[in-house]
Amino acid sequence: MPRRRVLAVAAAAAGSAAGAVFLRRRATRRRERAELYFADGSLVTLTQGSPEPDQLLAHARDLLAAARG
Amino acid sequence: MAQAADALAHLTEISTQIQAAVVFDREGTVLGSIVDDERAGRIAEKALELFRAAEKQGNQELVQLDASLPDGTVFVVRDADRLIAATTGPEPTVGLVFYDLKTCLRGFGEEPSKTKPKPKPRRASAKRTTTPRKKDDAAS
Repeated sequence: MPRRRVLAVAAAAAGSAAGAVFLRRRATRRRERAELYFADGSLVTLTQGSPEPDQLLAHARDLLAAARG
Repeated sequence: MAQAADALAHLTEISTQIQAAVVFDREGTVLGSIVDDERAGRIAEKALELFRAAEKQGNQELVQLDASLPDGTVFVVRDADRLIAATTGPEPTVGLVFYDLKTCLRGFGEEPSKTKPKPKPRRASAKRTTTPRKKDDAAS
């Protein structure tokens, strides 16, 4: 019986860890971000939180709204 | 303008992810679109604002950008003086969309004669040849 209990606890722990990873990945995907590609091949990724990216993302939201009418 | 229409028609044909696309110049003049004129004008204006704001983020020339939002993604690609703005649903195949937009934008700049697809080289009809069996194989 104790062995079964240990297995159950381990399964529950693994399940909750997998759930946490899934939720974290989903949250990351849902985060607003902008990627800027420059002529020299450099890439700048901006995520929401600081003033400049927020302004850029506001423009992007306006564009999406304009496209959706 | 026929090649513009062709390029955009081809874009909608090859990319099912793109919901709206507008080609415009640096002044915001719409050169072609797959949406109605009013919406195209608004998209060009907003895309130009976005592109100009993004240009300030780096020292180099900006060539393309994408912005992912919870309900969709916007793309702006520049080729010389022309730009194309497009929108998709959430989580598109970014690389593929960029490729399709660049192809479309290049199609805009080409002469009509260049846009004509080259005739595919004809393959010689396949001949069936039979290799005579070796005597050893035939014997076994």
